[in-house]
Amino acid sequence: MEPTNPVVDYLRMDRIPHIWCPGCGLGTVVNCFVRAIHSCGIERDLISVVSGIGCTGRMAGYLRLDSFHTTHGRPIPFATGLKLANPKLKVIVCSGDGDLFSIGGNHFIHAARRNTDMTVICVNNFTYGMTGGQVTPTTPIEAVASTTPYGNSEEPFNLPHLAESAGAVYVARWTTFHVRQAIKAMKEAVQKSGFSFVEIISPCPTLYGRRNKLGDGLEMMRAFKEKSKVKNGADTREVGLDFKGDIICGKFINRERTTFLERYNTRMAARLGAAYKPYEGVL
Amino acid sequence: MKADPKGVMTGAHFLDGDHACCEGALSAGCRFVAGYPITPSTEVVERIAARFPMVGGIFIQMEDEIASSIAIQGAVWAGAKAMTVTSGPGFSLMMEHIGLAVMLETPCVFVNVQRGGPSTGLPTLPGQADMMQARWGSHGDYEIIALCPNSPQECYDLTIKAFNLAETYRVPVMLMMDECVGHMTEKVVIPDAGEIDIVERRFTTAKRGEYLPYETYGDWVPPMVKSGDGHYFHMTGLTHDERGYPVMNAEAQEKCVHRIVNKIKENADDIILLREADTEDADVVVVSYGITSRVALKAISMAQAEGIKVGHLRLITAWPFPETRIRQLADQGKALVMPELNYGQMYLELQRVVEGRTRSHLVPHGGGTVHDPEVIFRKIKEAVQ
Repeated sequence: MEPTNPVVDYLRMDRIPHIWCPGCGLGTVVNCFVRAIHSCGIERDLISVVSGIGCTGRMAGYLRLDSFHTTHGRPIPFATGLKLANPKLKVIVCSGDGDLFSIGGNHFIHAARRNTDMTVICVNNFTYGMTGGQVTPTTPIEAVASTTPYGNSEEPFNLPHLAESAGAVYVARWTTFHVRQAIKAMKEAVQKSGFSFVEIISPCPTLYGRRNKLGDGLEMMRAFKEKSKVKNGADTREVGLDFKGDIICGKFINRERTTFLERYNTRMAARLGAAYKPYEGVL
Repeated sequence: MKADPKGVMTGAHFLDGDHACCEGALSAGCRFVAGYPITPSTEVVERIAARFPMVGGIFIQMEDEIASSIAIQGAVWAGAKAMTVTSGPGFSLMMEHIGLAVMLETPCVFVNVQRGGPSTGLPTLPGQADMMQARWGSHGDYEIIALCPNSPQECYDLTIKAFNLAETYRVPVMLMMDECVGHMTEKVVIPDAGEIDIVERRFTTAKRGEYLPYETYGDWVPPMVKSGDGHYFHMTGLTHDERGYPVMNAEAQEKCVHRIVNKIKENADDIILLREADTEDADVVVVSYGITSRVALKAISMAQAEGIKVGHLRLITAWPFPETRIRQLADQGKALVMPELNYGQMYLELQRVVEGRTRSHLVPHGGGTVHDPEVIFRKIKEAVQ
């Protein structure tokens, strides 16, 4: 009997082959994600994956889980509704850097501030791949994009620092080269109560690598290997990314904060007393 | 199915339209509201914030209207009945998610307490100028349902109706209030829970692994699921097939659009609610909706006092537009007069339906207050000549 890959059962095999380009890191991310889900001990029926729009936005659609491909930038507020209506659900947002931090940036900081119990996985490839390689809020200075043909002049976001500052309880960054570490980080993030965030640096050879002479997918992976430095517990102020610079990876933040619903129920009970029944979902 | 008594504040109350809308949502079984403060709708969510925690519901004030209008859809897919509440500028921000609700066929309610526009316009004063936006504001071809209450009692009744229609047709339903009905205070009678009809969500009976999210089985509307039921279903705003999978071709697009448009069009007779008075032997019929329908009553009585045979057709349902009835009136040669707090929005639709069968007259108004009944009266006189 042929050995069965445990990943297969979590994929919508009737939708394979996927639409992603050769050399893209998203296949690796899906692989890591599924392995994290498989081993995290959370009942599969209760996992709900929400994506926005873009290449990573297609991730939800390949997963044989409850999965939602929503609107551009808005997977986090959709996920907020899911989670609050049924707090038993484990809600995970998988989306890209443009989706989560440009058009959706406001939702990210507010969900982190509230400490809504959800995991956000950002696949950061420094570009809008689906629309042909435009500049995003994470594109490093100097990097060429189709809308910055002379090189980007804007300061990019340092995502782990942003996440920490806004209130995330778990913050980690790995690259698609760091498969085992990425699986572990995703697993820890989904097991964590509160707003957890994992950034995965991922190659887009077609639209970012080629324009910036970074080589094909394999060469970009080699660069991830050579330029990454593991610094668990690093000060997130120090982990910003430069064009062709070092990539600081690791688990940066793992702390406890009262979640949105815990705080909500505590407040209501304090004010309303016995008249208040702790909220556990609408059903 | 009847209402859950827990949310029903049975009795006679003195409520404004905004508060009545909150009570309507509770009676309808709504237990999730996401919103963002905006005049003149804020009183709806203020009451919701106070009332919902007491009946097992939850209100969240989101970071903006974009977030509010999609948070409710997440809640619906977790099994809740949900709504959001806003006014013009916030309604503009919600347009993309009206499209998402149409595309995913998410039953939910959008309340717009209309004020004067464009832009920031007149936050504290009435308008009815979002009527076309409610119908066409999101991109693409689609149909929605819009209801226009003209009193706090109707704000209560039609909020329940809005939820019931949303569940029946899996469509976003717009409750198009206006600042006047939102802020006017009148008697509102809330019946016993056992007297309130509620349309429950129709969930699939398919076995695990056999559910097809957009298979209608010959009906117009497919059954639903909720996340957590083990169906591992997929939803996408992309054009999709029965499985809910994206399909990028014209054939799939035609099938998708055809159904989301026609499930409303083909059921228009069941959806549309109208009120009529004295239309039978009228020479002129005033067609109106929302607060303007109450102002029109004064103009109609002024005209009747002068012996003019004038009737009244009130659109409780603005969308789908009551084409059949208006065409009948037009075919009977009755002149139509339409006052509205805009420069001719629903009137455009009226003209389209009338197609020259009879004379039709707009009584435009820029908003900020209601019509002077005298102006409508003069137009009735003009129409009868």
